[in-house]
Amino acid sequence: MTGALPSLGCSNTSVLKERGQREVFCGLTGIIWLHRKMQDAFFLVVGSRTCAHLLQSAAGVMIFAEPRFGTAILEEKDLAGLVDAQTELDREVSRLLSRRPDIRQLFLVGSCPSEVIKLDLHRAAERMSAAHAPHVRVLNYSGSGIETTFTQGEDACLAAMVPALAQTDARELLLVGALPDVVEDQALALLAAMGIKNVRCLPARRSADAPQVGENTVFALVQPFLGDTHAALLRRGARHIPAPFPFGAEGTTLWLQAIATEFGVPQAVFDAVTAAPRARAEKAIAAARQTLDAKSIFFFPDSQLEIPLARFLTRECGMTALEVGTPFLHRDLLAPELALLAEGPVISEGQDVDKQLARARTARADLTVCGLGLANPLEAEGMATKWAIELVFTPVHFYEQAGDLAALFARPLRRRALLAPLAPRMEAAE
Amino acid sequence: MKLTLWTYEGPPHVGAMRVATGMKGLHYVLHAPQGDTYADLLFTMIERRDHRPPVTYTTFQARDLGGDTATLFKTACQDAVTRFAPEALIVGASCTAELIQDDPAGLAESMDLGIPVIPLDLPSYQRKEGFGTDETFLQIVRHLAKPTPRTAHITANLIGPTALGFRHRDDIVEITRLLADMGIAVNVCAPMGARPSDIARMGAAHFNVLMYPEHAESAARWLEANFKQPYTKSVPIGVGATHDFLAEVAQITGLPVTADTSRLRLPWWTRSVDSTYLTGKRVFIFGDGTHVAAAARIARDEMGFEVAGLGCFNREMARPIRALAKDYGVEALITDDYLEVEAAIAALHPEMILGTQMERHIGKRLGIPCAVISAPVHVQDFPARYSPQMGWEGANVIFDTWVHPLVMGLEEHLLHMFRDDFEFHDEAGASHHGGQHIARPVAAEAAPAAAIDAGSMPAEIAPVVEEATSSNLIWLSDAENELRKIPFFVRGKARRNTEKFAQGKGLTSISVETLYEAKAHYAR
Repeated sequence: MTGALPSLGCSNTSVLKERGQREVFCGLTGIIWLHRKMQDAFFLVVGSRTCAHLLQSAAGVMIFAEPRFGTAILEEKDLAGLVDAQTELDREVSRLLSRRPDIRQLFLVGSCPSEVIKLDLHRAAERMSAAHAPHVRVLNYSGSGIETTFTQGEDACLAAMVPALAQTDARELLLVGALPDVVEDQALALLAAMGIKNVRCLPARRSADAPQVGENTVFALVQPFLGDTHAALLRRGARHIPAPFPFGAEGTTLWLQAIATEFGVPQAVFDAVTAAPRARAEKAIAAARQTLDAKSIFFFPDSQLEIPLARFLTRECGMTALEVGTPFLHRDLLAPELALLAEGPVISEGQDVDKQLARARTARADLTVCGLGLANPLEAEGMATKWAIELVFTPVHFYEQAGDLAALFARPLRRRALLAPLAPRMEAAE
Repeated sequence: MKLTLWTYEGPPHVGAMRVATGMKGLHYVLHAPQGDTYADLLFTMIERRDHRPPVTYTTFQARDLGGDTATLFKTACQDAVTRFAPEALIVGASCTAELIQDDPAGLAESMDLGIPVIPLDLPSYQRKEGFGTDETFLQIVRHLAKPTPRTAHITANLIGPTALGFRHRDDIVEITRLLADMGIAVNVCAPMGARPSDIARMGAAHFNVLMYPEHAESAARWLEANFKQPYTKSVPIGVGATHDFLAEVAQITGLPVTADTSRLRLPWWTRSVDSTYLTGKRVFIFGDGTHVAAAARIARDEMGFEVAGLGCFNREMARPIRALAKDYGVEALITDDYLEVEAAIAALHPEMILGTQMERHIGKRLGIPCAVISAPVHVQDFPARYSPQMGWEGANVIFDTWVHPLVMGLEEHLLHMFRDDFEFHDEAGASHHGGQHIARPVAAEAAPAAAIDAGSMPAEIAPVVEEATSSNLIWLSDAENELRKIPFFVRGKARRNTEKFAQGKGLTSISVETLYEAKAHYAR
């Protein structure tokens, strides 16, 4: 399947760049999965009631489980200069930390309101780090809508951590990007079986296990949306191992192969380690492929996972991509993916949602990947949809999840077929 | 600054969206940064709407802040008018746009869009969602309603129902039916289902039915002052309140009360002997002011419960709720901090909670049954089936909804009789709570199973229910053992009553004797 290198694929395809109304989440949403991953971190958004409402809406029932995030809601007096916002923030943080002694890392997360009023959270973080050292380290980043889209919140968070990582001269592999624990364990086991030791993860599960970084560090990204983190690691002297992202049997193999090559793993060892899980993944994908084969797909921009997923769905599940929208296209990081993606689809960056909706209606793909604000309205127009946010919350990377990933796309199509006897009446009612 | 995790209400522009989404032919241009479109999914997912909310966001980004955000806003207005051809436009700013001070009102007015443009001033850092709905609807009515001759027949406007309202869809049907029984037709129902052109003819109605004061009281007052339309003050939730409502309508219109109560079943259901066990059940009530006031009356006067505490999260209703609480001999809890609500519930040990989605989770945590009576609610409280809260059918729905989470009379009796039976031990819980059957643990102490419901909560059990409420009282071990024999669902009350009794007697320790003396003292 990966034998002969294809032509340039979409490497030179010109990108449709659009600006206008964007139907996307802001970077604050990243907190929802980041706080599950980083077990002794607390994320304090400095923002408005809207920010708190967004987190509540996005977190669903998670909000009731004493999660490690919250919003310091700006009030009228904070804006009017009646009180010193920095003093207020110090007070809230001290209260928070005294109530939650288990917290070792605190992230002050900037929002649109805090950015617009130019509340200096960087200075606040430095001041608080000094005040609460050595027990708690305080960092800051922006998850605001004016600067970040959805998964870019994770990028901003990890990039903020990089300068604070300890220095090392050891030759270590760093895996970058928050993965569900079960997936991370699988990746580490595969690398260990190839004899690659000294593998660290960013973010680590606990702050005490934070990785170190230096000139001899090499790193691989497991997520495509980590452009700023990539740049921050390069600044620390680390070297990037370019690879397609580990989605599907092929993506996972190519990703592992790039690392194996870097560490001089003999091909026989690589094949021995990957053969069985790879065959398992291909078998699992085949089940969903029956539904997906020869179907067309249209991606609205959401998470930057769109291009790697389009590559997986077209090459391993037999789908045809009509448009692949992404909120942001990092050419460098996605070069291996674009080379694999067959020419044909419109690749769009950014969004003007009404224009894109018009294109989606014209294309009438068999499956449209979009956010929750668009999914039901498009279903009501008779189009099958797959809501995108699930792709970020569900374990989808590496071999063992390849079948699940394909099934996420197959399920709405299977459901549509199952309910087809009811459909004519529904359409008659429209 | 105030640290918040859960909020009962969204920001005021979400209230404006609720009005716009409830209406047709109206479009909302919201000056807002990227990301504020999250609110769309409240409507498309929780309320399961099959259309996008009629909202255009300007989606400004950091690089726009240099100066052309005003142009962005004007372009968005022009595009929205061209694309959606609305009859009227509402324009406003979200919390971030409020800070950059582009003046949406002035910008839109200067554009001459050829349709009415209604500017909204929603102070995001002071007010909340409820204010947003009320103020938006008031502005729409002020700008669009025209003096009109009254209809020949007696008609009424239904005002207050919005998108994302708790059971608004079915309440409209029920009220329409109540009025029809009296020979009164509905002139306009707004905001839900109305077009701007419908708002223009609101003046033709003889009076207004104010369904939800939270969302339309300002408009009701304005219509009373300007069009001389009286509005109803009773909200017809519950049997008594519905009778009051009809009497009020009769008084306004001069028509006799005609009520078809043939489908009303609540009064017989609560009198039937199986409901005897509901007598004196201690309930805690929390939600928006309107639903709390209605629920308190139903709880005490129609279900025979004891109202142990009540409160609301919307401070606009603080005054009437405080007065109501006085009536019931309890302290009103006016707060939007769910931790205060949780503390109040834990201290009161109610046998049941009537509240919002949040109280449902508090109830789960504390092992107390709960029924939902007010927004905010989640997707399951936008049901497919007909489930009003208002009118006769609303009363039937309320009876079923409230009683369902409780252990029913016969079942409670059986549990009591067989409490030492191996299958009916404390930790087994009620059969219909959806939890798995849990065999009696061999070790004496196990976590109460009722709270490990098959829900989303992690299995961390709040020890609140079992903790002694007063630190200076000592439970002797015999008394503690005897207390454990009392079924779990009344044990909290027994403990509290005994401690209150012991304190009254100036005791420092509680023996088995004290326990039974207290039981005799509180017998009813």
